[in-house]
Amino acid sequence: MPAQSSKIRNLLRRFGLILSFLLLALALTLLSDRFLTSANIINVLRQSTINGIIAIGMTYVILTAGIDLSVGAILALSAVMTANLLQGGTAVPLAIIIGLGVGAGLGLINGLIITKANVPPFVATLGMMTIARGLALTYTGGRPITGLPDSFRTIGTGVVGGVPVPIILAGAAFIIGAVLLTKTAVGQYILAIGNNPVAARYAGIAVHRYTTFVYVLAGALSALAGMILIARLDSAQPTAGLAYEFDAIAAVVVGGTSFAGGQGGLGGTLVGVLIIAVLNNGLNLLNVSSFYQPVVTGVVIAVALLLHRALR
Amino acid sequence: MAGISKAFPGVQALQDVNFEMARGEIHALVGENGAGKSTLMKVLTGAHLPDAGQISWRGQPAAIHAPADAQALGIGMIHQELSLIPYLTVGQNIFLGREPRWKLPGFIDWKKLYAQTQDLLDRLNLDVNPRAEAQGLSIAQQQMVEVAKALSLNADLIAMDEPTSSLTDKETEVLFAMMRALKAQGVAIIFISHRLEEVFEISDRVTVLRDGRHIATRPTAELDHNKIVELMVGRELGDIYAYSPTEQRDVVLETADLSDGDELKGVSLQLRGGEILGLAGLIGAGRTALAETLFGIRPAAAGDIKLAGQPVKIRSPKQAIQHGLGFVPEDRKLQGLFLHMAVRENVLLSGMDLVATLGFINSGKANGLVQGFVDKLDIRTPSLQQEVRNLSGGNQQKVVIARWLALQPRVLILDEPTRGVDVGAKAEIHALMRQLAEEGVGILMISSELPEVLGVSDRILVMHEGRITGELTREEATQDKIMRAATGVVHHGI
Ligand SMILES: Nc1ncnc2c1ncn2[C@@H]1O[C@H](COP(=O)(O)OP(=O)(O)OP(=O)(O)O)[C@@H](O)[C@H]1O
Ligand SMILES: [Mg+2]
Repeated sequence: MPAQSSKIRNLLRRFGLILSFLLLALALTLLSDRFLTSANIINVLRQSTINGIIAIGMTYVILTAGIDLSVGAILALSAVMTANLLQGGTAVPLAIIIGLGVGAGLGLINGLIITKANVPPFVATLGMMTIARGLALTYTGGRPITGLPDSFRTIGTGVVGGVPVPIILAGAAFIIGAVLLTKTAVGQYILAIGNNPVAARYAGIAVHRYTTFVYVLAGALSALAGMILIARLDSAQPTAGLAYEFDAIAAVVVGGTSFAGGQGGLGGTLVGVLIIAVLNNGLNLLNVSSFYQPVVTGVVIAVALLLHRALR
Repeated sequence: MAGISKAFPGVQALQDVNFEMARGEIHALVGENGAGKSTLMKVLTGAHLPDAGQISWRGQPAAIHAPADAQALGIGMIHQELSLIPYLTVGQNIFLGREPRWKLPGFIDWKKLYAQTQDLLDRLNLDVNPRAEAQGLSIAQQQMVEVAKALSLNADLIAMDEPTSSLTDKETEVLFAMMRALKAQGVAIIFISHRLEEVFEISDRVTVLRDGRHIATRPTAELDHNKIVELMVGRELGDIYAYSPTEQRDVVLETADLSDGDELKGVSLQLRGGEILGLAGLIGAGRTALAETLFGIRPAAAGDIKLAGQPVKIRSPKQAIQHGLGFVPEDRKLQGLFLHMAVRENVLLSGMDLVATLGFINSGKANGLVQGFVDKLDIRTPSLQQEVRNLSGGNQQKVVIARWLALQPRVLILDEPTRGVDVGAKAEIHALMRQLAEEGVGILMISSELPEVLGVSDRILVMHEGRITGELTREEATQDKIMRAATGVVHHGI
C-alpha cells in the first residue's frame, strides 16, 4: 500500500491547491446565491489585481530565499509622487514612467543593501518600509492628493472589451512573470540562487546582479499596483498600501512557494491570490464581521502551510 | 532483511533483496552507482519504508518505521551525504536530540556533553575542538564527526555509506583501525565503498547489488577484484581505462607566485594543452585553495595568472568561465548541485547561452544537449526532469561533471572528480578526461586517491602547506615519493 499512498500524495501535491480553491468556491456558491454571478466574479478579480501584482514580485523575492517588507511603503511613496506630478501637469505617460522608476529605484536600493552590504533581506526591507513610508508622509504633509486626470484614471477604472483594465494589466503581468521565470535563463538563475547560492556562484551565475534584480522587480510592480489603486480611488493617500506586504506574502505562501527559496512558482501564487480574494469576498457576502475576517484568513494560511509541509 | 522491494516514481530501486548480518562482522555492500545500496541502508535504518519485505533483528521481526525505531534497536547510520548542522558545534551535532541532562529537568549539561564529545574524538584520534562549529570543518573532519556520532549511539550495527569517499589514505587507516576495534567488541558494520582495495582490506563478506537486485553474498577471501567487478556490472569490464599519453601543446595556464594571502603561499606552475596534471597532497595542503583562486572564488592576494600567454585578472567564477576555465568543485552537495532542480537545469546552468536565444531557452536544443551527456556519462535517471536530489550519489557527481563538459573549457580543473563514482564510471570519467586532453584541453586534477593520481596524470605536482613541494614525471612517480613530498620533504624530480 505505501506505493499507492505516495501516488495520492503526488496528485495532491500537484492539484491540491486548485482543488481547495474549487472546494472553497463550491462552498460559497452553495452558501450564497450572490457568489457565482458574473458581476461578483469580476468584482473579486478586480479586488485581487493589486495584491496579485505585488505578489508576483514577492514570489520572485521569496524564490531567492529573501523577503520584501517594503512593498506597501514603496507603493505609497511612488503613488503620491506620481499623483503630485500628474497634478503639476506632467504628461500622463511620463508620470507613469517616473512613478515606476521610483518603485524600481527603491527596489534597487533594497537589492544593493542586501547584496553589497550583506544585510539580511528582512532587516534591509524593514528599514526601507519605514523610510519610504516616512517620506510619503513628509512629501504630502500627511494629506491625500485628490483629483487626477481622466486619461490616467483609465488604468484603474477603464474597461476594454468588457474586461476591466486592472484585470488585463494584472493578467499580463502574471503571464510575463511566468514566462520569465520558466522559459528564460534569468528565471533559472533566480531559482538556482534560491536553491543553493554557493553553487550558483561556482556555476558562474552573477548572484548579486540577479538577487538585486528581484528587488527591483518587486519595487516596480508595487509602483504599478499603486497606480492602479490611486487611479481607481482618484486619490493618493500617503497611508496607501499599509500592510499590503502581508497579503502578498500570504498569497505566495498559500501558493506553495517555499520560504527556503528555490521551490515554487507563479501558478501557485495566482491561486493563492484568488483563494485569499474569494475568501474575503465570501466572508463579506455571508456578512461575517470584518473583525473576524483576518482571523479566518490567518487560519487558512496556517492550514495551507501545514498541508504544504505534510505533502513535501 | 528478506524480500525487500522499494520503488520510486520511475525507478525500481530495490527488487526482492535479501540481506543478513552476523554479529561482529564487517560486511561490504558494493554495486554500481544507483544499484540501490543507499536505499537498502535507508530502509534498514527507517528513513524509507519498503514496499514489500520484512526486517528481522536478532531473530525477531522488527518494525522499523522511522529512524528513531532503528536507533532504539541499536542500529546507527552514517549517511552518504553529510548531514551535520552547520551552525551547531561538533558536540551539539553529535548529541542532537540526546543531550545529557543537568540536575534540573529540561536543562542540558553542557560540561558533560563536551567531555563526552572529547572522549569520542579521542577514541577516533581526531584533532577537532568539540566546541567548533561544524561549518568550519573540512569534509574529512565532518565525516569523522559523523563516525563519532554513530559511535555515541552505542549501536550494535552501524551502516556506513561511503565513509571513506572524502578521506585521505591516512584518515582511512584511522577509520579502519576504529572499525576493527568495534568489530572486536561485537559491533557489526555495513561498509559501502567504491574503492575495492578497501573492501578487500577490511571486510569479511561482500554483498553485490545490481539494478536493485541481490546478485551475490560471498566471503571476501573467495573473491578477487575482477570477480567483484564482474558481479557488479554483469559482464567483464573490457574497456577499463588504460593510460596513453597525449601530444603536449603550448602552455595554456601559467601562474607565478600565486597566493591568496591565507592558505596559498606562492605557487608557480605551468599547464600545457593536452596535459593532465595531477595535484596531490594531504587535506589542507592548499590544493583546493589553488583551484579556488584560479577560478576567482577567492581573490588572489599576490602573483600572476596567464592564460594562453596572456596575463588575466580573474575576480569571479563568471569571469573565469568567460576565459575558458571550468571547475568541478570537491563538495557536490554544497558547491555543485541545485538539489531541487531538474537534471536538465543542473547540467545547463553554466551554459545557458548554448541553448538560449535572446535569453529564451530552446527546449529541444536543451534536451538534446543534456541527453547527449546523460548517455555519454551513463547518468542513471528516469528522465531529464528528475530532481537531482533523487539521484544516487555517484550519478549526482556525473551531473556536475556534465555541466562543465558542456561548456567545452580550455582549462578544466577537477577537485576530487571521481568521489563516490563506481569503478566502471570512474574509468569512463578518466577516459573522458583523456579525450578532452586529446582535444587540446589542459586538465588540472586534484585527487586524494594516489592510485588515481598515478594512473591518470602525465605529470604530478605535490603540495604541502600552501607550496609546491614536489614535481614528478609520470615515470618517476611512486606513492612513496608523493607521500614524502606531501609531508613536506622537498623533492624536485626533473
Ligand atoms: N528519494 C528518491 N526518489 C526517487 N528516486 C530515488 C530516490 N532515492 C533513490 N532513488 C533512485 O533509486 C536508485 C537507487 O539509488 P541509491 O541511492 O540506493 O543508489 P546507490 O547504490 O547508493 O548508488 P551510489 O553508489 O551512486 O551512491 C537510483 O536509480 C536513484 O535514482
Ligand atoms: Mg549511495
